[in-house]
Amino acid sequence: MVKNASSPRTTRVAPSSQKRPAQLTERRAKTEGRSNAADISAERLSPDATWQRRHLLDLDDFSAAELVVVLDTAGAMKEVLARDVPRVPALRGKTIVTLFYEASTRTRASFELAGKVLGADVINVSAAGSSVQKGEALLDTIRTIQAIGADVCILRHHSSGAPYLAARESSFRVVNAGDGGHAHPTQALLDAYTLRSQLGDLRGRKIVIVGDIAHSRVARSNMWSLTALGAEVVLCGPPTLLPPGLNDAAPDAEERDLPPVRVEHDLDIAIEDADAVMALRLQRERQSGGLLPSLREYARLYQVNGERMAKAKPDAPVLHPGPINEGVEISTEVAHGSRSVVEEQVANGVAVRMAVLYLLLRGEQP
Amino acid sequence: MPPIFILWMGGFIVPKGAVMSADEIRRAIVRIAHEIVEQNEGVSDLMLVGMRTRGVPLAERLATAIREFEGETIGVGALDISLYRDDLSTRGTNVEVRPSEMPQDVADKKLVLVDDVLYTGRSIRAALDALIDYGRPERIQLAVLVDRGHRELPIRADFVGKNIPTAKDDDVLVQLEESDGQDQVIVTERRD
Repeated sequence: MVKNASSPRTTRVAPSSQKRPAQLTERRAKTEGRSNAADISAERLSPDATWQRRHLLDLDDFSAAELVVVLDTAGAMKEVLARDVPRVPALRGKTIVTLFYEASTRTRASFELAGKVLGADVINVSAAGSSVQKGEALLDTIRTIQAIGADVCILRHHSSGAPYLAARESSFRVVNAGDGGHAHPTQALLDAYTLRSQLGDLRGRKIVIVGDIAHSRVARSNMWSLTALGAEVVLCGPPTLLPPGLNDAAPDAEERDLPPVRVEHDLDIAIEDADAVMALRLQRERQSGGLLPSLREYARLYQVNGERMAKAKPDAPVLHPGPINEGVEISTEVAHGSRSVVEEQVANGVAVRMAVLYLLLRGEQP
Repeated sequence: MPPIFILWMGGFIVPKGAVMSADEIRRAIVRIAHEIVEQNEGVSDLMLVGMRTRGVPLAERLATAIREFEGETIGVGALDISLYRDDLSTRGTNVEVRPSEMPQDVADKKLVLVDDVLYTGRSIRAALDALIDYGRPERIQLAVLVDRGHRELPIRADFVGKNIPTAKDDDVLVQLEESDGQDQVIVTERRD
């Protein structure tokens, strides 16, 4: 073991994530940097496992090894959270700003708690009640936050790509806490953490995602992370609620908007032998948009209920990113039943966000 | 040992030779184990805490030695100090954070912190902060395999395997069977 604080270090090339364009219409090299899922055979990391990103914007270019670094670090954070006094000085003196243009309970609360447990100062800015209401543009708000001296900005915005703009136009680190219908990487990370703690290695595991996938940034991010970790992802929902262009034959691997997954419109077939089931919130406004005949019919065909769960593997966990419409996408019985890991998801969310904040700020040059 | 030149972190290092052999390490551990029991007048309320990574197998070896001559099993914890370090921004990004594990409540225990090399004392400072976050131990002592000097904080070890005078540019490499396949301590000199 080397004990010498002044060891020179090799400089590493910055990750490509910061170069990502704000325009999501532009096709990007999605598979760049994604390694074969077989590389993660070891539960423990190799000693030189690294995480070199400046921002967390999406999971579409994450390798299995990078995901495992975050999830293992989250495991260490869980130990901190289990203490009588959950507080460590790891990010003392760092300033975290949460900037939310959309409503949120759990994401914002868990980021705030994650920052505080690590000893950082956390400032919350919401669109309502801030200068945003007076018409301040996103870019000006970003510059204000930079001028305050923020080290990280946690951004939720109704426009896809807003965090990419923030990352390009500022000197602080950016964490995407949900951008339009595009991505919600920390939710997918906490889902992966929860699934791994329930199932162990995810390679070859069948994970069914049910519901309004077209409008779900959670589903998109989960598709990237779960396939990278080697799981078999099956999407299930009515054709009107599935994203267009899924599994198009045309684009080659480099140009895909979504990773290859299986699609099954009949939930009773999709759920057979599932290792885990993830129900998504039905965004009720979709009904008035003509995408659904009625809530009742949707619930009849796509509700995750006890009868359907009987077809999944015994003890298959049920996940839901929340907030839940009980009796619509998931029955009350299942939402609060023994297989539900919804509360674990929320608790794991704090640990995963601690890991993300720590990893983003750890390698920062003074 | 003939001088071998290895490319290491951008410079050349020259091994000065093994300064502790496997036998010397084994004897040092047996001696420290006896000293710990003697100074603490037995093993009641005693608990060893190894600092990740190489302090942990050393703590386990000490516990094994103590069990052999005292006939009692004492708890061994593992401490990860990553979240307590004062060099977050300058240390590289390739250090893994792992959970700390405490087999028992540390309150009112006599803790012996175990590490491989004592150098600036900054890791020990971080470890003390981390330990105290778990509760209020009756006392904390420090056992190290090698003390190489160059302290930057007012910290000293209670039990030392070997004092090895070094230059600041030297590196002290502790290799243990559990992690490196062999037991030895090597001092290497860096030439950039």
